[in-house]
Amino acid sequence: MATQTQEAVAHGADAAGHVAANVGMPQLDISTFSNQIFWLVVTLVLIYMLLSRVALPRIGSVLAERRGMITSDIAAAEELKEKASEAEQAYQKALADARNEAARIIAEAKAEIAKDLQQATARADEELAVKAAEAEKRISAIRASALESVTLVARDTAEAVVAAFGGAVDAKAVETAVATRLKG
Amino acid sequence: MAAEEAQTGLVFHPMDQFIVKPLFGGDAIYWYTPTNVTLWMGLTVLAVALLFVIGTRGRAVVPTRMQSVAEMGYGFVYKMIEDVTGKEGLKYFPYVMTLFCFIVFANFVGLLPKSFTTTSHIAVTAVLAVSVFAAVTLLGFAKKGVGFLGLFWVSSAPLALRPILALIEVISYFVRPVSHSIRLAGNMMAGHAVIKVFAAFGAIAAISPLSILAITAMYGLEILVCFIQAYVFTILTCVYLKDAVGDAHH
Repeated sequence: MATQTQEAVAHGADAAGHVAANVGMPQLDISTFSNQIFWLVVTLVLIYMLLSRVALPRIGSVLAERRGMITSDIAAAEELKEKASEAEQAYQKALADARNEAARIIAEAKAEIAKDLQQATARADEELAVKAAEAEKRISAIRASALESVTLVARDTAEAVVAAFGGAVDAKAVETAVATRLKG
Repeated sequence: MAAEEAQTGLVFHPMDQFIVKPLFGGDAIYWYTPTNVTLWMGLTVLAVALLFVIGTRGRAVVPTRMQSVAEMGYGFVYKMIEDVTGKEGLKYFPYVMTLFCFIVFANFVGLLPKSFTTTSHIAVTAVLAVSVFAAVTLLGFAKKGVGFLGLFWVSSAPLALRPILALIEVISYFVRPVSHSIRLAGNMMAGHAVIKVFAAFGAIAAISPLSILAITAMYGLEILVCFIQAYVFTILTCVYLKDAVGDAHH
């Protein structure tokens, strides 16, 4: 068992190259420390150079630029929104004005039409009245002349009837007789 | 290990994945030898460069997917420092970001099959934690002078208790780098080792489906752990940094 263990140790040492005395944890092999520390320092310096010289300023500027762009974009959007709402208000106002104007024009037109109509009606009434009066006058004239004609016709007829019966036509008597008849 | 091999034929080498090996043969590991540590740390740097340099190449205002992820990482760490440390902490943002990027990418790169997880090594995490500790301590004294020691003198406690509390505070202060580093390395190591153990059980045909299921589940958990540990390490760094640069007492 002892020899076997020794063999294993020797085998481990071969594989490890340098882990001769300590087969346990390679982490505790002090002989590799200087190597690891040297390369660690090199690595850290390299990463520090990469980050501080190139990467971090670059990322920082990109982030700042983006923040600036977002802020200015939001401001611009806000402004545009304001403008849009202003435009909408102006539009609404124009619309309301136009409505009022239209209503006013309609009212005016209506009033004018009503006035015209009234005037026309009044004039027509006047004319009608004049015409009616004229017509009345004419009718009464016609009526008078008709009465006269009737008297004339009646007298002529009476004279003719009297003549036909062979009597002497007394114009004065016929006239009075017709006049009394017509009255009665 | 030997006993296990002898008894069942199962081969458990859950820790072999953590061995540091030279990349180009040979045994000797000097401080400059290119090892698998070099390889996987290099890949970590490449991954960081891919996301944060190549990914943000377009500088687009409307980001591509890669750029969006890079911006999210940036915002994540930035906000963390701002929330935890305060405005004064933002000066140290590149350093904290470096820490976070290294840890999170090393963790995730270490999840690739056959990979080597650099953050599972206590040597690596200890350097990270000790540098945070040293930086915070030096910064604290530089900013506040002797007033920094007020951190240990809990003025809200009764006077009689304060010396005892001060002792406890001092101890807890010096334990910080230990817990800070071991938490990360331990989490990484444990998860990877468990996956390896499950994988070894896959050699037995009867239980290999179960083994695969267990590996899958563990892998999902590890993805979570990889991110959470990077997050924890970074947020603790911010908390420690607050002691040095923040004005509020805790």
